[in-house]
Amino acid sequence: MTHGAAGTHAPPAGPGPAGAGRGTRGATYKRSGAWRAPEARRGNALHAGAWWLWALGLATAASRTTNPLLLGLIVGVAGYVVAARRTSAPWARSYGAFVRLGLFVVGLRLLFSLLLGSPLPGTHVLFTLPELPLPGWAQGIRLGGRVTAEQLVFAFYDGAKLAALLICVGAANALANPARLLKSLPAALYEAGVAVVVAMTFAPNMVADVARLRTARRLRGRPTGGVKAVLQIGLPVLEGALERSVAVAASMDARGYGRTAQVPPAVRHTTNALTLGGLLGMCAGTYGLLAAEGAAYGLPVLGIGLVLALAGLRLGGRRSVRTRYRPDRWGVRAWLVSGSGAAVAALLVRAASVDPEGLRPGVVPLVAPTLPLWPAAAILIGLLPAFVAPVPSEESAQ
Amino acid sequence: MIRFEQVSVTYDGAAHPSLRDADFTLPEGELTLLVGPSGVGKSTLLGAVSGLVPHFTGGTLRGRVTVAGRDTRTHRPRELADVVGTVGQDPPAHFVTDVVEDELAYGMESLGLPPAVMRRRVEETLDLLGLNELRDRPIATLSGGQQQRVAIGSVLTPHPKVLVLDEPTSALDPAAAEEVLAVLQRLVHDLGTTVLMAEHRLERVVQYADRVLLLPAPGAAPVLGTPAEVMAVSPVHPPVVALGRLAGWSPLPLSVRDARRTAAPLRTRLTGRTPAPLTAGGADSAPAPAPGTAAQPEAAGVRLPVQGGGAGRAVAAPAGGGPRSGRGLFARLRGRRPVPVTRAAAPAAPVAVVRDLYVRRGPRAEVLRDVSLSVAPGEVVALMGRNGAGKSTLLASLIGTLAPTAGEVSVGGRAPHRTPPREMVRRVGLVPQEPRDLLYADTVSAECAAADADAGATPGTCRDLVSALLPGVPDDTHPRDLSEGQRLTLALALVLTGRPALLLLDEPTRGLDYAAKARLVGLLRGLAADGHAIVLATHDVELAAELAHRVVILAGGEVVADGPTAEVVVSSPAFAPQVAKILAPGHWLTVSQVAAALGGTP
Repeated sequence: MTHGAAGTHAPPAGPGPAGAGRGTRGATYKRSGAWRAPEARRGNALHAGAWWLWALGLATAASRTTNPLLLGLIVGVAGYVVAARRTSAPWARSYGAFVRLGLFVVGLRLLFSLLLGSPLPGTHVLFTLPELPLPGWAQGIRLGGRVTAEQLVFAFYDGAKLAALLICVGAANALANPARLLKSLPAALYEAGVAVVVAMTFAPNMVADVARLRTARRLRGRPTGGVKAVLQIGLPVLEGALERSVAVAASMDARGYGRTAQVPPAVRHTTNALTLGGLLGMCAGTYGLLAAEGAAYGLPVLGIGLVLALAGLRLGGRRSVRTRYRPDRWGVRAWLVSGSGAAVAALLVRAASVDPEGLRPGVVPLVAPTLPLWPAAAILIGLLPAFVAPVPSEESAQ
Repeated sequence: MIRFEQVSVTYDGAAHPSLRDADFTLPEGELTLLVGPSGVGKSTLLGAVSGLVPHFTGGTLRGRVTVAGRDTRTHRPRELADVVGTVGQDPPAHFVTDVVEDELAYGMESLGLPPAVMRRRVEETLDLLGLNELRDRPIATLSGGQQQRVAIGSVLTPHPKVLVLDEPTSALDPAAAEEVLAVLQRLVHDLGTTVLMAEHRLERVVQYADRVLLLPAPGAAPVLGTPAEVMAVSPVHPPVVALGRLAGWSPLPLSVRDARRTAAPLRTRLTGRTPAPLTAGGADSAPAPAPGTAAQPEAAGVRLPVQGGGAGRAVAAPAGGGPRSGRGLFARLRGRRPVPVTRAAAPAAPVAVVRDLYVRRGPRAEVLRDVSLSVAPGEVVALMGRNGAGKSTLLASLIGTLAPTAGEVSVGGRAPHRTPPREMVRRVGLVPQEPRDLLYADTVSAECAAADADAGATPGTCRDLVSALLPGVPDDTHPRDLSEGQRLTLALALVLTGRPALLLLDEPTRGLDYAAKARLVGLLRGLAADGHAIVLATHDVELAAELAHRVVILAGGEVVADGPTAEVVVSSPAFAPQVAKILAPGHWLTVSQVAAALGGTP
């Protein structure tokens, strides 16, 4: 094999980070070492926004198709990347929760279709449920009755699409550190970002409090379940959360949170005018877009509003004296990760107009979905992050 | 560097000022230790330095506080952030971010330092505090000592001139406390940082202090002086000072080293004498020596007033429990348990037996390995070991909140995790690390009524206990308004309502001053003398020396030592109390033992 060396370096769980670091030393390995994904450290951490763009790309792709084979492929791609690149951080476990949520959505969609019926003209009657007679004012709603294979298949396709969207969001959640994403906000929104970060650290603390207080109830010889227990535990937990938030506020104040720079009044007024004007413009633009006759001016007004609001935010950032410690840099790998997501989205959008039959298999008449080849190949581009994103270190990957 | 001019602080709605007539100057580059009993305004004084009092807490501050030339009246805490670094009592409540490195940078980001400076200082601080290995770790996964170091590091990075710390070592095991103190020592000596630190555990810190600021009583003016001067008059002092005062040494030694140098004559005097035994049932087998040193807080046990009379008066109780004095209440307490302590005759059946216990948490983490232990009635066992050694887990297995993975636990003949809680409270009671967790109700009396109902005791049982243990607390007091020590005692009374034969305490002396600790020691001795078996998990070596008949040391989930306190503790540098270190090789553990032995000869 001529490309043997490159091949052995390709797998994400390859020989490991040590080699990647030392690879640059030996001239022989220089090239291949540089191509391999490095061990994830603070310095080379992938920008959290890149993961979100990648995941949203996949989600856009999923929204363009109801073909269960393609949807399954998208979920598989997302799952593979998560498995290859997630850390042991608490948020990394959210992927499983999102998969379960997706399955629940599919189940719910099927259940509703079963109970409420469907206007689809189906011919393959599977079985008939007893129909509940409804009064005249509820005309158009049916409870029970005929259940056709077509309506179930349609409901399944529909549910699967939604589930795939959710799972893509779950993948972004599992891969991107939410705190670091918020750190990338513009300076003017920084304080809102801190509030969210603090709130996020509260949830695990409250869970720990509940566990502790349940144990304490047992110590007093009381049952740990039941409504009474929840009520009695609830108050101390809330008290604890309140106390902790006061303590954090004191700590933040003592550490300089909220120090502001003096800005001339003219700048302040301009900021207010820009932000307010921008928001109004965006509202008007959105209204124009949605209203029947405003499409012509809607888009430009929306654009102007957006620019004004962004300028306002940027100017508002001047009041803040804060600097940023080691912000995530948007490097080549971030471009590759976000680009792969965008490519999947663009190709699937294109495929939806070129080959609507393949992406939306018909239900009336019932046909078996086929795997359209080139859209499937396009989805596989989404696997790129599993090879280019930095590998989480041994101890943080489990 | 820090200057208080006629400062008084009165909180809103309070009748008396929490801090009165504070007037002193702390020079640059000194480590000042703030000492005093609970509730004298130590935290208020510390808060006044960082500006959190009164800007954040409310209240009225009279007089003037200046820090590095800035008046805290005109400067809000955030404007003092570059000169004062504050670390509160509870490090987890201090953290704003979730990763060590970000936490170190947070303060500098707020101050707007250039990124290159921030990067350099973070690296320097990581090295200074030995945190480099932990830089990418989520803070929640760190141990207590590591968290404390991160908290100190996070306020060091903006290069403050003044560092203010509120009980930095209270929650730590002896080794972790040494780690933190070494860092502070280095800051003072290498960087010239001014450190002001409040601490209850004086035996750990007093030898490091350049000056001591004493708040003798609520509302009294603070006294500033050299450690030896202040310790000579201080109502709170470590055992080494108590021993020095007893032996009449001058100058008063503050460290074990100084004391050992002066202690040679005392050691000679003590040769040939044996320390009063502190074994279970000692009250029956050997007459317990009366210390007769009620002035010594360490020695002063609290006799539990039988009828609730003589409220609050601390009376010396004989070591090992008074067979006559404390009996009345505990006899009632003991209730249906038939066996009084007669261990001298025949060893009673053990209250709790742990055999080959393995406990896992999570799929793989083995917290306890092959632990065996048995506790006899009337015995006090101290569980010691570093943070995370498995002490709390062992207590949880004994109370039944954790099921054993393998092995056997039996308390009063039942397996705790299979017995319903209602029945378990009559066999074993646990006072958790945070006694507040046990308290739900709005008033003490409601709490007592609930405890009676929980334990199936006759109404009024708990209230009687509270009156006996905690005299002078009105029925309608909110548990939140009690002091740390009072809350602990209330929780203890609630647990005792079920008359458990086995009493477990997790870190009972955290946040207690010496007086509260002495009261607790007296109380627990009384309970033990009355046949309660007591197991306490603690980092406090002085408490173990005062109280425990037996010490069990856990490390990595295994029992590494189990034996009489004197034998286990004297041979270990980490777990030996100060008196043992000073008077080694003799097996003396407490000042009261020495006092008793000396008192016997004129």
